[in-house]
Amino acid sequence: MAFKIASSPHIIRPLQTSTVMQRVLLCALPGFAVQIAFFGWGTLFQVLLAMLTAVVTESAVMKLRQRSVSSTISDNSALLTALLIGVAVPPLAPWWLTVIGTGFAIVMVKQLYGGLGNNLFNPAMAAYVVLLIAFPVQMTSWVAPVGAAAHAPAFLESLHIILSGTQINVADSFQLSVDGFTMATPLDTLRTDLSQGHSISEILQKPAFNGIAGAGWFWVNLAYLLGGLVMLKLKLIRWHISAGVLGALTLCAAIGWLWQPATHISPLLHLFSGATMLGAFFIATDPVTAATSNKGRLIFGALIGVLVYVIRSYGGYPDAFAFAVLLANLTAPLLDYYIKPRTYGHRA
Amino acid sequence: MSQYSEIAYQGLWKNNPGLVQLLGLCPLLAVTATVTNALGLGLATMAVLVGSNVLVSLIREFVPKEIRIAVFVMIIAALVTVVQLLINAYAYGLYLSLGIFLPLIVTNCVIIGRAEAFASRNNVVKAAFDGLMMGVGFTLVLIVLGAIREILGQGTLFDGADQLLGAWAAGLRIDLWHTDTSFLLAMLPPGAFLGMGLLIALKNVIDKKLAEKQPKAATAPVERARVTKVN
Repeated sequence: MAFKIASSPHIIRPLQTSTVMQRVLLCALPGFAVQIAFFGWGTLFQVLLAMLTAVVTESAVMKLRQRSVSSTISDNSALLTALLIGVAVPPLAPWWLTVIGTGFAIVMVKQLYGGLGNNLFNPAMAAYVVLLIAFPVQMTSWVAPVGAAAHAPAFLESLHIILSGTQINVADSFQLSVDGFTMATPLDTLRTDLSQGHSISEILQKPAFNGIAGAGWFWVNLAYLLGGLVMLKLKLIRWHISAGVLGALTLCAAIGWLWQPATHISPLLHLFSGATMLGAFFIATDPVTAATSNKGRLIFGALIGVLVYVIRSYGGYPDAFAFAVLLANLTAPLLDYYIKPRTYGHRA
Repeated sequence: MSQYSEIAYQGLWKNNPGLVQLLGLCPLLAVTATVTNALGLGLATMAVLVGSNVLVSLIREFVPKEIRIAVFVMIIAALVTVVQLLINAYAYGLYLSLGIFLPLIVTNCVIIGRAEAFASRNNVVKAAFDGLMMGVGFTLVLIVLGAIREILGQGTLFDGADQLLGAWAAGLRIDLWHTDTSFLLAMLPPGAFLGMGLLIALKNVIDKKLAEKQPKAATAPVERARVTKVN
């Protein structure tokens, strides 16, 4: 066995927040790229718009609070929040949707509580819930994946649709000539059709479910899973939260599926549709708003997994990551209070 | 007279039932989706508040201390019933839109709070004035919150004012902006909480600015007590 001989100093410097955030951003790139490949350039514009808004609003708040603007902006946390909002909103959503959401996330959810490290709720998810509640129509008209629609919006065309701000009408006008390019997501389709009394096997024949676990969605989730594994390897996150989320979701989905396969989708479909992988690795693992002990993290993650399953299957919304994460955020202080790691040398 | 200006200051600003005492939040948050509803509930609460303060102040000598709360509640309940029937008779549209929150004025802590804290210890005129000022303070908060939520939520002001004030008030309606996609959040209960929080923050900012402007009272120089003799 060969020992690596390194010269002093032997103390490893902990990563700075800005570096961590930057690496998380990089790890999200594969998923981001696949999302652009399947759902068009809209996502890119949404992310850029969100990042711009995040930087501007955060600078403004820091000016108001008479703190250093540059040191806050350069911790990159606002950019990560912006990225999460940008990939979560529909790619062709009007520009003001992203601006309102990101502004809310930075000003109300993050800075009003005192900035990074003090916020109770995950800013990106709180913003998503605000948008979903305030603008349900815009938030649920998702773009059809490439191949499913007869016509996919080009680079400049998607920019035009986003900036003109009247996405629904514009999309309608395109529908005259082609099939249109908005379409319910697989989970949306599932929710609507189940309520109309269709069975799972009928629903899975629909175009939204082309390929594995829905056209496009499978690959997007797979890419985020890849990014998540890289983050684990780089030790940017610990495995507990993600494992809790995915484990609990799989377990619940398996029970439901074995119990009533006619009305419950398979665990595979749960794992690779909607925001599952993005949520499990990039959203739920936010160190500020999650529990801080390893056991607490496992419970925190499992809670999210169970909530996601319950809301997806029995709730009023097709996907549930934002709600599940916010509800779990509420329990984080309690988890930290009751689950304290044993101090080294003490008996339990 | 300065006693009365003090009562007014307490009711309208320093001890405002909505912004500072945070009493009666349930109706405050529930019915402030439009200015009209806010104004309606504010006026109803103010009427009950003045009436209950006067009555409580009148009977304050005769009610045994042990059962005073029960007596106050019965007085308030009677007044609320009167107001409810009046609104039912003369402003039926408003009666429908205020719904359960009209009878719930009974449980508004502002009213029992003022009866207990002020009216049962002061004479009738002062008690009436206190009820009026507290009512006005409460109503103002309701109106401001209602205006914010109505502008954000549907881009109008005084929508449906004719239900409260009669047919002439239909012209009061102002359309500030129009959109197909209303900002639903402002109309929903979370919008009320957010708006309320921002209003309280604004009041604190104003108070802070006012305190800064005030010339600091000259502090008397500390004289050091000598314990050793100087020779």
